[in-house]
Amino acid sequence: MSEITREEVQHLAGLARIALTDDEVTSLTTELSAIVDAIATVREIAGDDVPATSHPVPLTNVLRADVVGDTLAHEQTFAGAPSHDGERFRVSAILGEEQ
Amino acid sequence: MSGLRAEPADLTRLAGHELAGLLASGEVSSVEATQAHLDRIAAVDGELHAFLHVNAGALDAARAIDERRAAGEQLHELAGAPIAIKDVLCTIGMPSTSGSRILEGWVPPYDATVVARVKAAGLVALGKTNMDEFAMGSSTEHSAYGPTRNPWDPERIPGGSGGGSAAAVAAFEAPFALGSDTGGSIRQPAAVTGTVGVKPTYGGVSRYGAIALASSLDQVGPVTRTVLDSALIHDVIGGHDPHDSTSLDREWPSFAAAAREGAASGSLQGVRVGIVKELDAEGTADDVQARFRETVDVLTAAGAEVVEVSCPSFAYSVAAYYLILPAEASSNLARFDSVRFGLRVEGPGQTVEDVMAATREAGFGAEVKRRIILGTYALSAGYYDAYYGSAQKVRTLIQRDFDAAFEQADLLISPAAPTTAFKLGEKLDDPLAMYVNDITTIPANLAGIPGMGLPMGLGDDGMPVGLQLLAPMFEDERLYRAGAAIEALLADRWGGILTTKAPALTEATR
Repeated sequence: MSEITREEVQHLAGLARIALTDDEVTSLTTELSAIVDAIATVREIAGDDVPATSHPVPLTNVLRADVVGDTLAHEQTFAGAPSHDGERFRVSAILGEEQ
Repeated sequence: MSGLRAEPADLTRLAGHELAGLLASGEVSSVEATQAHLDRIAAVDGELHAFLHVNAGALDAARAIDERRAAGEQLHELAGAPIAIKDVLCTIGMPSTSGSRILEGWVPPYDATVVARVKAAGLVALGKTNMDEFAMGSSTEHSAYGPTRNPWDPERIPGGSGGGSAAAVAAFEAPFALGSDTGGSIRQPAAVTGTVGVKPTYGGVSRYGAIALASSLDQVGPVTRTVLDSALIHDVIGGHDPHDSTSLDREWPSFAAAAREGAASGSLQGVRVGIVKELDAEGTADDVQARFRETVDVLTAAGAEVVEVSCPSFAYSVAAYYLILPAEASSNLARFDSVRFGLRVEGPGQTVEDVMAATREAGFGAEVKRRIILGTYALSAGYYDAYYGSAQKVRTLIQRDFDAAFEQADLLISPAAPTTAFKLGEKLDDPLAMYVNDITTIPANLAGIPGMGLPMGLGDDGMPVGLQLLAPMFEDERLYRAGAAIEALLADRWGGILTTKAPALTEATR
């Protein structure tokens, strides 16, 4: 059984910016341990002599012509934004009290 | 059994290419064809829930096509035919949620390239189809908006993630649909609904405007009731797109021509067909195995040379997939940050980071959280080489297995799913059981090769059983040529294609 702890799940949730509830942390701790046990088998056949594949069809230097493309107008860009002032996305404070 | 022919009165029972023929000759208007499908949706979708959104502008779009045709304009051969669009694809004027609460009501400012291409060909968008949230699932039960039901038995799942598109075509709500396939989300729903679906060669169809799950695995493709109909849609949506840096810049043959030739010949003379030993193993249900054996006999009788091939690394494909997919998904889904689009959940005094965490907690479902956390784990310092790095090496080994197999065979075949459709709720509490269900379809995504799911009969429970065809990279044409031949051979045995045997659905009174 893998060694995934509650604290580890809470740390990962922090990195992933998801405010999990205690119940979610509990169930994810159990589920992730089982899933990681199953997927850790990839280590059995991944020898040092095997190159990694990141992409099924490798392409390099994919460039387009240096001309203005079809771009979105401001109003289109902001149409789905939760909050904006017409020129910028509006968010709450970047820094908290203690920072 | 009337086979591919249907009563002219019921336009929804026609195959897509037959309906397109009536539209092109002027015997049927696009408004009539579109209205017939909207009526069918109104009658049966209350029970099935294949659609998340029905296009209020569909009849206007249909009328515009009729006017252009009346004015003598030369239109595409599919112009005026209706099509359903998986909700993973961005559509101007229709919400695009990818089955998630975090995008509820979001209307994109641009069309996905595949959507723009079907519109340019004159197809009429009927609406957006249901799916597992962000395409994470094999049953459509992970949709934030409730599951889709299988038209063959509403107590059962329609497959996933594209259960909505598969159910829509199986239930005659649409002749054509678009899907996306990251680990089998087109082929597995096709298998369990008795329909046809194709995952093209990676890069063969643009991903621009497809809400990303795992960018090195995702591929958009057609979902239909016949092989020729899939080929016709593939011809429309395929080809190079400068908006997608992974799009292949190459010439593709006409897949519709290949399908027509395959169906006309009804022969597999000289085709070397490989049975992948590892995909035809324990875990495959007896009735699925029985249909597979019968299908192999049909292929042999039609002249195919059947050989067994071995792909030993496939045993590790599910494990590799459930590392690579969550890793890519965890970074792709970082874009849902409450700033530029979608949901925002905020309280007084919160920093932007608190708002992001609260938004993602409220907006993502359990399966999405599970995979994001798993992907974050797989990519974290100390584990990266052991997990993600090893999974990428397995990917190389799977590609080598396919290369070796395709030296012995022109096409590979296997059951498209190990069982017929399971019951709603049956695997919902056991994520691993759901993951293992994808064993047959995942290797193609890891290697980037094309694959097709098509019907090969009914199981002991009366539910559809699917066959999978796999071809080498860039050889999508072989799927259509052989797939259409197999479809014709089986239809001869059955007295019609499989969907004509589906039980009638109760139509709601209107």
